[in-house]
Amino acid sequence: MGKRVGLEVTVAVAEAVALCRVDMAGVYPITPQSHIAEHLSNMVADGVLDAEFVTVESEHSAMSAVIGASATGARSYTATASQGLLLMNELLPIASAMRLPICMAIANRAVSGPLNILNDHSDIMPQRDTGWITLFAENGQEAIDLSIQAFKIAEHKDVMLPVCVNIDGFQLTHMVEPVELPTQEEVDKFLPPFAPHATLHPAKPVTMGAFAMSDYFGEIMKAKDEAIKNSKKIILEVWDEWGKRFGRNYKPVETYQAQDAEILMLTMGSMGETAQVAVDELRDKGIKAGLVKLRLWRPFPFEEIRAAVQNAKKLIVTDRACSFGGPGGPVFSEIKSALYAGDNHPVMYNFIYGLGGRDVPVQDFTGMFEKVIADKDNKAKDAYEFWGVRE
Amino acid sequence: MALKTWKELPIGCVVSEPGSASEYHTGSWRSQRPVWNDAKCIKCGICYVFCPEGCVQQFADGFFKANLDYCKGCGICAHECWPRAISMVEEG
Repeated sequence: MGKRVGLEVTVAVAEAVALCRVDMAGVYPITPQSHIAEHLSNMVADGVLDAEFVTVESEHSAMSAVIGASATGARSYTATASQGLLLMNELLPIASAMRLPICMAIANRAVSGPLNILNDHSDIMPQRDTGWITLFAENGQEAIDLSIQAFKIAEHKDVMLPVCVNIDGFQLTHMVEPVELPTQEEVDKFLPPFAPHATLHPAKPVTMGAFAMSDYFGEIMKAKDEAIKNSKKIILEVWDEWGKRFGRNYKPVETYQAQDAEILMLTMGSMGETAQVAVDELRDKGIKAGLVKLRLWRPFPFEEIRAAVQNAKKLIVTDRACSFGGPGGPVFSEIKSALYAGDNHPVMYNFIYGLGGRDVPVQDFTGMFEKVIADKDNKAKDAYEFWGVRE
Repeated sequence: MALKTWKELPIGCVVSEPGSASEYHTGSWRSQRPVWNDAKCIKCGICYVFCPEGCVQQFADGFFKANLDYCKGCGICAHECWPRAISMVEEG
């Protein structure tokens, strides 16, 4: 077992990536991800990490560089946030279509404008359809664990897809937390060397990322969809193995006091721990409140979500981004869609909150619960609301 | 060439056979084909130089023709041919 140490989460993530023996990192620093770039660069410069650190001139180049490196068979890593992720967007579907198991940390930060460097999920939500396996960390330990698991999931022969780990900017990235880093020996036992499905090498020439016309394009998209859907089985296997080896268990959907809950709240990322305190307070008052935390965003865990909420009367879905002029928050619209097929689903409410780094203390979560409990006519079921904005 | 189903596609659509693009006959895209009038042709080779597909060939007699398996009918050869020896003819 590794030692329990106090580390800033971004530094701990960089340490975890080094434990995965990455061959290459192409990272362009951007707040609040910069310390991942800096610490990886330091480790390479100090000779602690035997890898190529490519100092790219933009995030577009970062993603291009890791695609190229991964195609040669190198274990490749990058990290970004906000505008950087948007600049990478053009390359993201290419990485997944080429089935390159690149791993990336996203230090979630609001997208401009106005310019804002603080946390919400408006950077990752527009990347929903790029074919990346998408995980959300709730605390520093999860950020470390998911960063290591990401390589094992991505590089599994039945997956071969890129994986991104979402780590809330500042709320998580800049916290100093007591975390446990596994030892090198433990990571080596968990994570086998990368065995690529094909490599760019003159000894065996291949073409990657070739052109495809209408006679093949639909078949290729179907194959990609099946690949990411099938990855769920491997994700569950990897999490099962992680639990056995390290004693920390991971599920696509986590629940807290949800079993007998009449009113449930759903969160993603770091807000879960604060919402948990609100649930405790409500339980002390005799209110049957509970929490559902979505860790796996893609592939979307339909069965697990249905099972987690089926007995509740009301479900509050919280969102850290808005689909402007659309159905509310992106998480809300996905959850509604996932529950549509069932006969019995809770009445659903949507609060969009914590935008651009706005603090969300416990009383905001209890406030959301109380507002929904007071809605006897279920009037709000199809509406969404910006929580806490000044009227 | 029978088209593959989605299940038969190689992972990541990696093309493992070098030069296999030649099996794809881009000539099927063509709506007009270039026809050379050898009486006007001065064998300068400008059609050969400008063909973006590299499908114009010179034969033993010094005159030129396009390989119609790959000629997309773009008409660049006809446009560049200054003695006007090439005309674009509608495909039937």
